[in-house]
Amino acid sequence: MDFFLSRYRNLSVLLIVIVGQLLLIAYQVKSRKNVPMLRVWAVTAVTPVETSLEFVRRHTWGYVADYFVLLNVRSQNEKLKHENGQLKLDNQYLKAELSTADRAQALSVFQARSPSKTLAARVIGNGTAANSKVVFVDRGSASGVESGMAVVTPDGIVGKVVDAYPTASFVMLITDGNFAAGVVSEKNHVRGTLKGVGHSQCQVEYVQNEEKVDVGEWLYTSGDDRIFPKGFPVGQVSVVRAGKTFKEIYVTPSGLQGGVDEVLIVLQGVHQPIPDAASAAPGYKILPAPTDTSASAQTPQAAAGQPSVLVTDADKLREQYKQAAADQKHVFGEGAVGSKPPDFTKIQGIRGATPPTQPPPAAPKQSAPNTQPAATAATGTTPNTGATPAAKPAASKPPTPDAVSASAPPKAKPRPTSPILITDPTDADPDAVPPAPKSEKPAAKPPVIRQPNPGNP
Amino acid sequence: MSEYTERLLTNSPRKDANDRFRLIWLIIIPLIAILFQVYIPRFLSFLSYLELPLLITVHFALARRGPIAAVLYGMSIGLVQDSLSDQPIGMFGIAKTLVGYFAASVSMRFDVENPLVTFILSFFFYFFHQFFYWVLARALLGEAMLFDTQQTLIFGLLNAAVALPLFRILDKLKVAG
Repeated sequence: MDFFLSRYRNLSVLLIVIVGQLLLIAYQVKSRKNVPMLRVWAVTAVTPVETSLEFVRRHTWGYVADYFVLLNVRSQNEKLKHENGQLKLDNQYLKAELSTADRAQALSVFQARSPSKTLAARVIGNGTAANSKVVFVDRGSASGVESGMAVVTPDGIVGKVVDAYPTASFVMLITDGNFAAGVVSEKNHVRGTLKGVGHSQCQVEYVQNEEKVDVGEWLYTSGDDRIFPKGFPVGQVSVVRAGKTFKEIYVTPSGLQGGVDEVLIVLQGVHQPIPDAASAAPGYKILPAPTDTSASAQTPQAAAGQPSVLVTDADKLREQYKQAAADQKHVFGEGAVGSKPPDFTKIQGIRGATPPTQPPPAAPKQSAPNTQPAATAATGTTPNTGATPAAKPAASKPPTPDAVSASAPPKAKPRPTSPILITDPTDADPDAVPPAPKSEKPAAKPPVIRQPNPGNP
Repeated sequence: MSEYTERLLTNSPRKDANDRFRLIWLIIIPLIAILFQVYIPRFLSFLSYLELPLLITVHFALARRGPIAAVLYGMSIGLVQDSLSDQPIGMFGIAKTLVGYFAASVSMRFDVENPLVTFILSFFFYFFHQFFYWVLARALLGEAMLFDTQQTLIFGLLNAAVALPLFRILDKLKVAG
């Protein structure tokens, strides 16, 4: 052994050192422990020097580096200012783009949900007149735009098309002095005429002092002007003052808030209901219509032992108008702007009911389907607008009990004892000569209860 | 055997020379090398390829020509390196122990002051050191280390290039024995 160590001393030392380190590694790996003593020594020996080096570096080269850094501060500051300004501009542009996108999305949603047929358009310019409030939109007659069409946004009405050119249209804003539209209030359904006054607010005229309109109340289009469909928001009442005869009401238009960029042109308007207000006329209470025992006694329901249905006078009038429109094949809510409306002047049943005739045979009345509105059943009036079986060809309509009654000897047209809805100047004079179909109806008898017409709903 | 070969091998003028260093330098120089390795790459990352502790070990072994002293010196430097690393202590120690031993053995037969010999030996021992460390890491620790031969060769050339002026500087610190 001694020979080996002396003969191969170098190699022996190498092997001992290597084996010793291998054992050290094996111990660390197997026991997953460290050798903290060696590491503490090494770290303790190295880190103070490292700290000193860092201190020296920071106070020598660090100052030099700071000097060179400061040399470029001015130019960097100018560069950063320029960059900051550019970023601000970009930010404003992007915000404007985002706002435009939001408006376009709102417009799209409104267009999809609105029952009216609309066409999206973008405002591309203003009119050149000094006091006029008109704008150009990028849709014209080539896109189906016509003069007189309404222009709206989801927030409210904007104006109306006054001229349609092939590629653009001229839109008069509601703030223009020449603009007018029919409006109705939200709570009490007070009707008035909205007029532009040349500035940011509009005025509502022809509202009686006795009518109740509150500040902050919403106004909607009434549909009376045949431009704006009923139910579009107009704006909120900002000022209400009593005048000599009419109230002085100012409205802040809701459709022009925040400027007008994208609009919808109403190609085919559909009337919508006026939203109900929670506080509408709290002092009023609508009671049901009184029961007309004498009339109900003669109705087919009463005859058949069924209970009669209570209706109001408004319901009766509504049914009459619906009947008149149905006879003329008119459907409410359809038809382009400017199309011919139903002729309500031909409503005859409200003027004077036909005199009572002999009670028709009970069997066919009871067996016929009960499609007559209850209003007519209660009052005995018939919403027949000149389309009585006698006035129509017999082949076009099956004979009904009315036909039986119409075949009775003609009688004089009576003066009505019930309220008259005057829809035609000629109707105001009951002595006027009735038109040809009227001549076929009896005219001399006083109005009495008329038998319902189950075959003519 | 040519005259040049003889001068490189057997007739080396420093065959019997046993250069010594002052003890202080034997401590400070490795410490500086280790500090350089752990501190300078923070600011000059491209200098991280320099393996100065290895070059110091090689230089000491070539100058000292004593295998045992070179083994202990290499082991010490390696263990300090291990202490500042996250690896188990002994990995660099074994590698530098072997480098020191072989460098000291080689110095007995070569004229290590010849720049070409210095360059070749520095390159060879760098490659050997890196390869042996890779072998140890895979064999003892089971680590899936990658050995990029091309990069190791390039770094070996760069370390050898650095070794030439470095050895000249370190030679100034020697005390002829």
